[in-house]
Amino acid sequence: MKFPRTEEQSMNNDLENRTGVPTPLTSRRTFIRAAAAASGAGILSAGLAPISASGSAEKDTQIVLPTTTKDVTPFKVHVPQAALDDLKGRLATVRWPDRGSATDWSQGVPLAKAQALIEYWRTRYDWRRAESSLNALPQFRTQIDGLGIYFIHVRSKHENALPIILTHGWPGSIIEFLQVIGPLVDPTAHGGKADEAFDVVIPSLPGFGFSDKPTEAGWRLPRIANAWAALMARLGYSRYAAQGGDLGAGVSSWMAKQRASGLAAIHLNLPIVFPPPPPPPGGYSAVEQSALAQLGKYASDGSGYASIQATRPQTLGYGLADSPVGQAMWIYEKFQAWSDNKGDPAEAISVDHMLDDITLYWLTDTAASSARVYFESFAKDFARVPIDLPVAVSIFKGDFFTPPKVWGDQTYSKLFYWNEVPKGGHFAALEQPELFVAELRKSFAQMR
Amino acid sequence: MQMENDLENRTGATAPFSSRRQFIRAAAIIGATGLLSAGPVPIRAQQSAKKAPLLVLPAATADVTPFEVHVPPAALDDLKRRLATARWPDKEPVADWSQGVPLAKIRALTDYWARDYDWRRAERALNALPQFRTALDGVGIYFIHARSKHERALPIILTHGWPGSVFEFLDVIRPLTDPTAHGGSENDAFHVVVPALPGFGFSDKPLEKGWNVARIANAWAALMKRLGYERWVAQGGDWGAGVTTALGHIQPPGLAAIHLNWAFVFPEKIPTEGLSQDEQRAVDAAAIFQTQGAGYFLEQATRPQTIGTALADSPVGQAAWIYEKFHAWTDHDGDVESALTKDQMLDDISLYWLTNSAASSARIYWENKPATYVGGKIDLPVGVSVFPREIYRAPRSWAEKTYSKLIYWNELAKGGHFAAFEQPAAFVRELRACFSTLRV
Repeated sequence: MKFPRTEEQSMNNDLENRTGVPTPLTSRRTFIRAAAAASGAGILSAGLAPISASGSAEKDTQIVLPTTTKDVTPFKVHVPQAALDDLKGRLATVRWPDRGSATDWSQGVPLAKAQALIEYWRTRYDWRRAESSLNALPQFRTQIDGLGIYFIHVRSKHENALPIILTHGWPGSIIEFLQVIGPLVDPTAHGGKADEAFDVVIPSLPGFGFSDKPTEAGWRLPRIANAWAALMARLGYSRYAAQGGDLGAGVSSWMAKQRASGLAAIHLNLPIVFPPPPPPPGGYSAVEQSALAQLGKYASDGSGYASIQATRPQTLGYGLADSPVGQAMWIYEKFQAWSDNKGDPAEAISVDHMLDDITLYWLTDTAASSARVYFESFAKDFARVPIDLPVAVSIFKGDFFTPPKVWGDQTYSKLFYWNEVPKGGHFAALEQPELFVAELRKSFAQMR
Repeated sequence: MQMENDLENRTGATAPFSSRRQFIRAAAIIGATGLLSAGPVPIRAQQSAKKAPLLVLPAATADVTPFEVHVPPAALDDLKRRLATARWPDKEPVADWSQGVPLAKIRALTDYWARDYDWRRAERALNALPQFRTALDGVGIYFIHARSKHERALPIILTHGWPGSVFEFLDVIRPLTDPTAHGGSENDAFHVVVPALPGFGFSDKPLEKGWNVARIANAWAALMKRLGYERWVAQGGDWGAGVTTALGHIQPPGLAAIHLNWAFVFPEKIPTEGLSQDEQRAVDAAAIFQTQGAGYFLEQATRPQTIGTALADSPVGQAAWIYEKFHAWTDHDGDVESALTKDQMLDDISLYWLTNSAASSARIYWENKPATYVGGKIDLPVGVSVFPREIYRAPRSWAEKTYSKLIYWNELAKGGHFAAFEQPAAFVRELRACFSTLRV
């Protein structure tokens, strides 16, 4: 249990933390100006509200998030030690299934790989390191459409920085973007130029991470897109870009479809061009056929997780909420299947990064609430939507779906950038942070 | 000593079984020299300090070896400890079962499981029946084998599905073997064989690929032969219907007819127009199942090990995974307990949990993909009972096109996917009526 510090302390510490990160952040003056612009009277008076464990002895492993208001309230992550002890206890008493009849990944995570990951998680992984990297960044929560939304918000020192909202998907999280924040906000320290700077906003989807879990149905992708537009307005941004892959591409696409006020362009690393446009008179070309085959393989062999999450997220959630091993495998399988690797996901994403993401899901008990986005939207809103706002696309060739440009042309009337990146997969920013940053710089060069 | 106990157990069961003489004769027929010398082999617990206790099944041989269920106390203690320390997700944001088992419902069921449920009662019910294990095609298969006292009883092999188990059939075994004590005539008697599918219950978990319904069907044919049955019938629903349908295709020597309570009679190509009302209803129901109810199916068919790893570690997860299907597929009035009691559901759920079969049972979906409702034409005599709350109700018109010898057809007023479990009396009546014409 930690107690909020005094206002003065927390404000100072907060600003210190901002300037303590490797990337130079906004000056105190800029910060205060932004706060004023956002008309958040409470923003500077709000102390940091650390996560507290709920009181009773029995429940001291449960994380309780501070309630939010329309103010933008600084936030830090400090998971109660009891929750970490509970995790280790569960990992130590895991009951494993039999090894089964497959030695490869064709039936899911092979037992030996599962046991190796869990052993590392239990004996060597350090959540406090992940927490420190989060707390080195300015984090906030604010209430939008009735729901507390967590986000990282790092402003560039460059006056003309382009604001951008980066949206993760499932089973990703804000962890995906941690390595790209510095290069985006501070290009001159990372091989770029001042006019490549971004102000970066990285929210957690509703039901994910330290955002609230919706207690009512209806948080579909278009509603999330609306909330993001409201967030950018609240932060005082009147012209900005949006970026995403996976469900984040869905949210970004809906923002564009809704022509969110101030949204100038979007960048997608998973263009939502499925189901594909109808075939031309001569039939689909070879590259189109190959993308169709990817969709076919996904439907027949790769979408079990989506099917159960889209139909019975609650049932699935019981096993994953109770078993960190189950939660880990549910996600680890996707790191293996969707990242650019030759069999071992650690070739593409470090084990620590995978576990940062997995641990975030576990500690926030978000298996069920994150799966519900599929129930809300997978069949209804996560499908090809023609967009007339400017769209940029980067295809990371190691992703499980690498559609041809012609489908982009048929879907986006202002497709101003399309590039195929030879390395990297579904978790582009996590797997290839430098290439990801290069793609955003190139995409948005002409939007400056 | 063990032999005597074994026979006592047999004769101690309520249902009259084969006389000792018949039993010994049967053993001689199947040439199993070890049969009578093998005593019941209780399951052992393999324990390390912190790890959950593992059940170790006795190695099966080509002999038919008596078997009894005694789950070690450590496994039950471990279950209770896990239930007591369950961590729950947040409550579903809907007021019904549309997103899965509601939090309040699963908490109520698992509270009962932890506090009031008695696995030893279920064990006693199993151990009151003659149980065996024998190796078939390299895998130890567990089965209940209850013989009728009536000489001309018709041997029948009943096959469960997922998430069912041998527990589905417990209430029908005695009426089938002993009809005169259960409202039937001597001519209604059956010798009953109830195996657990490979990877389920106290059958072994296959360590090699290839255990699809055809291979299981062949193993069942070998089992019936090993038990000395020269003329027999087969019955099943769910995957049991898959296995039984495969038996219908294979037509092993001795198989006289099959009965299905879920018939896979869809045509290869469903006509786009001209469907009868029954056909349209079946197509609609199958489509709803495919789009809204088959998540578990696709996951188990593609990544059984991943989902199995979660369910192996969480009894709450395992319970919810199964409970949802009892709710979805039984004929109830809104409360699933109007179809199945908590004890019945937990007998089945506990069996999956204690035998750690979440992954191994899910693999039957992986082995049989792509599974369809097109079971294919069968020329052996087929009987079908359609229970109204089945996932889809098979239309008679399609059954007549699929089965050249449709010997029996009935559409019942009550019951669902777990026909024998939900409606044991009606299920028994169906089997008696279906096979009455096959008696010799």
